[in-house]
Amino acid sequence: MNWNLALPELVLALCGLAILLFGVIPKRDMTFPCTMAVIGAFLVTGVLVLGQNEGTAFGGQYVADDFSAFMKLLTLAAAALSLLLALDWNQKEKLSRFEFPVLVLFATVGMMAMISANDLMSLYLGLELLSLPLYVLAAFDRDNPRSAEAGLKYFVLGALASGMLLYGSSLVYGFAGTTNFDRLADALSSAQGVSSGVIVGIVFIIAALAFKIAAVPFHMWTPDVYEGAPTPVTSFFASAPKVATVALLVRILAGPFGDVMAQWQQVIVLTSLGSMVLGAFAAIGQNNIKRLMAYSSIGHVGFTLMGLAVGGESGLRGVLVYMAIYIAMNLGAFAVLIAMRRNGRAVEGVQDLAGLGRTDPAMALAMAIFMFSMAGIPPLAGFFAKLYVLLPAVEQGFWILATVGVLSSVVSAYYYLRIVKVMYFDEALPAFDVRPAGISVVLAGTGFFTLFFFLFPAPLLDAARLAVAAIIG
Amino acid sequence: MNAAGFPILSLLTFLPLVGAAAIMMVRGDEAVVASNARWTALWTSLITFVLSLVLWTQFDKSTADYQFVEHLSWMPEFGIAYMMGVDGISVLFVLLATLLTPLCILASWESVRSRVREYMIAFLVLETMMVGMFCALDFMLFYVFFEAVLIPMFLIIGIWGGARRVYASYKFFLYTLLGSVLMLLAIIALWYQAGTTSIPELAEFDIPFGMQVWLFLAFFASFAVKVPMWPVHTWLPDAHVEAPTAGSVILAGVLLKMGAYGFLRFSLPLLPEASLYFAPFIYTLSIVAVVYTSLVALAQQDMKKLIAYSSVAHMGIVTLGIFTFNQQGIEGALFTMLSHGIVSGALFLCVGVLYDREHTREIAHYGGVAKVMPAYALILMLFTMASVALPGTAGFPGEFLVILGAWSVNPWVAFGAALGMVLGAAYMLTLYRRVAFGKITRDSLRALLDVSPREVAIFSPLIALTLWMGIYPQSFLSFFSVTVSQMVQQHQAAIGSAAHLAGI
Repeated sequence: MNWNLALPELVLALCGLAILLFGVIPKRDMTFPCTMAVIGAFLVTGVLVLGQNEGTAFGGQYVADDFSAFMKLLTLAAAALSLLLALDWNQKEKLSRFEFPVLVLFATVGMMAMISANDLMSLYLGLELLSLPLYVLAAFDRDNPRSAEAGLKYFVLGALASGMLLYGSSLVYGFAGTTNFDRLADALSSAQGVSSGVIVGIVFIIAALAFKIAAVPFHMWTPDVYEGAPTPVTSFFASAPKVATVALLVRILAGPFGDVMAQWQQVIVLTSLGSMVLGAFAAIGQNNIKRLMAYSSIGHVGFTLMGLAVGGESGLRGVLVYMAIYIAMNLGAFAVLIAMRRNGRAVEGVQDLAGLGRTDPAMALAMAIFMFSMAGIPPLAGFFAKLYVLLPAVEQGFWILATVGVLSSVVSAYYYLRIVKVMYFDEALPAFDVRPAGISVVLAGTGFFTLFFFLFPAPLLDAARLAVAAIIG
Repeated sequence: MNAAGFPILSLLTFLPLVGAAAIMMVRGDEAVVASNARWTALWTSLITFVLSLVLWTQFDKSTADYQFVEHLSWMPEFGIAYMMGVDGISVLFVLLATLLTPLCILASWESVRSRVREYMIAFLVLETMMVGMFCALDFMLFYVFFEAVLIPMFLIIGIWGGARRVYASYKFFLYTLLGSVLMLLAIIALWYQAGTTSIPELAEFDIPFGMQVWLFLAFFASFAVKVPMWPVHTWLPDAHVEAPTAGSVILAGVLLKMGAYGFLRFSLPLLPEASLYFAPFIYTLSIVAVVYTSLVALAQQDMKKLIAYSSVAHMGIVTLGIFTFNQQGIEGALFTMLSHGIVSGALFLCVGVLYDREHTREIAHYGGVAKVMPAYALILMLFTMASVALPGTAGFPGEFLVILGAWSVNPWVAFGAALGMVLGAAYMLTLYRRVAFGKITRDSLRALLDVSPREVAIFSPLIALTLWMGIYPQSFLSFFSVTVSQMVQQHQAAIGSAAHLAGI
């Protein structure tokens, strides 16, 4: 038993319990200190992750390697930034409760457990630990019917997905005789082929995970939940859990199920195609910017899955780089969404951004950078994200995927441009309320990353290469 | 390091960005910001232009090699590098871009009143992208600049444009993007085959014919939209009509050249057999463009739209010349690109002069302008004649060479191109007659002021260049004749060896 290996998760979970006590005992509002404490706990955990040894623990249930370190750092960063964004919003919306950061913290523990899962059982454990706080968070604005609806919708469909995951896992266990990833890999690489029961199980597992990352055809909940949940919660939904679940997909598909790639590849190809096309077309008609971002995130997931479908070292590296860049762009864009507040009331129509170029040039510039970047216009980071998945796709001859990908990015450019158009070309509406410092920090950080990524692509690429090497071996 | 002794191309490319950053820092009330932004932008672009004259004096015309080459590692594991350099084909376009930018900034001195700071930043960023694109010696780097041009141009049309600016800017952006992403796939396919995106190395690489055809079509999708060739030219009249004057100047002067430059830089040298295979197709489209858009231009009521259609016709001559694959044709195409850059830019500026005074571009609104604005009428006449390709003006040598080159390929192709010149005379002279001559019908026209000193300052370099290019074209032709002759030889060698292989 090697407890040390799981030190980051253990420390984070203990911090969570301590902060819970710390928050509940005093009689006054403890949101701010609790949020800061949680961000501090994320920082400590990040340092621990950096210093983590490699190896497996808990009887092969848990694995720590370069891949898990990369993904955990990304998750922690996304969660910390989301908390920073939520701080001011929750205060103004009278949602200031210290449970909020604690719930985010426990969800993050779940994500980290998921990323390090080396067994179908620990996978399920992590996924549930992630999901339960998310259900609560979606309904956090409990007096608002839309928020309650979002929570309920997410819970019902999430429970269904969990059921599918369990069913798939049990099928895999029944036909392969083990739930451990390493032994599954051995079992599935046998010469006499794989029984169709395992394949059905894999498809169920993929379906469950596709639900969590909102890939077509399991995307239906996304627009409603994104729209209904409080905006900071949406920004959290769209970032950290996506990273963790994509990480999990990469780990199980490239790891234990790597030898049956021919079987699952077409599933991922179809999901990817569907997500890209739907993300491009469905967002065109949206007037609510949160719904628009929901469809946009579906499109981006499609691009990420393109890298997974192609597979191989360069394909998976494309996935990781895409996730990292997507997180930066997405959190930046959500920072703008959270700052959209006029006369003390949050607004969320696309048209509410009108004339932002005049009333708040800095924020409009940042938003324009994010939108052009998401549309994939060079030299912004989003272009390189797409490039790194297109390179392997063309290399491996996935012409249909690559062509549909670039064409759908042209279609989606239309609605990203629309936001730029509203901000710069339309008549100005009254200015938004003063933007809080936390949002400015996030905007500046993600904006500079998106704008100047092209100057120094090497560190991210190298880190992603190391991470992929850890699971491909 | 190179002939200039310092990384001049990178300096030329990124100096405008420094100016843009400086403008962004300016604080104060609106009038102060506007005035500072104007002067900073003007000085930055003037310094860039003066610096670019180093290229004019130091460029070695006796070699077809890339000069002033810079090489930095960028994404080594993908074989993608930051590589800059110019040869005979690109050097004059760099100068064209650096010349037109300060003129555009001067031209917008008074006509742009709102959001001056953003306007100047957009123009300086645009200059960076244009210069960088002509200097890039790595295909991926080229693509980055080629696409990045869309962002400032989208904003220039959309923010400072006319009534239908939103429609025009969307159309411009999406049309161009659609073509470009297909080219991106082609670049990636090429990268996968050759393992590099460096243009000099790619030129050495033999591509099988089947793949050449696909790559050619993908490149064609991008460059034909940018040129623009008939029938994908429809974004251009819209963009021109809605763009502010300076935006039209840059669009006609430099951005349209990007497509033709792409054909010359990539399609011809990298895909010689496919180019030959598709040449009749290009001839057809070009001649349709020349004849059809000239006829359309005859029917226009809006001055800018008329000049926009004439641009499509002129670019038809250019694509025709490029695909003749002989010395005269390609040199003529290059020369026409340069002269069209100067002349059509100047014509848009001429329209801008009237628009600034009367706020309409309707041809029927004017008449008899020559009586109240004699100097202006003279300037307009010179550029009209240059656009008609009167001998002695910039338009003539290029079109003449193209027709000469086309004759040796197929006299009927030459006939089509020549027909375009006749029709060009028809619509340009009609325009001039209706605007400059006739009776003054409106009272407002009687009070028109002739060109101001600022406007004279804008026009004088363009007038000088137009006459210089017409009277002594050799000082420009000499820049690219060696490069073009080497290109023609390589093309013939490639075709010859392919034919030889097929013979076996």
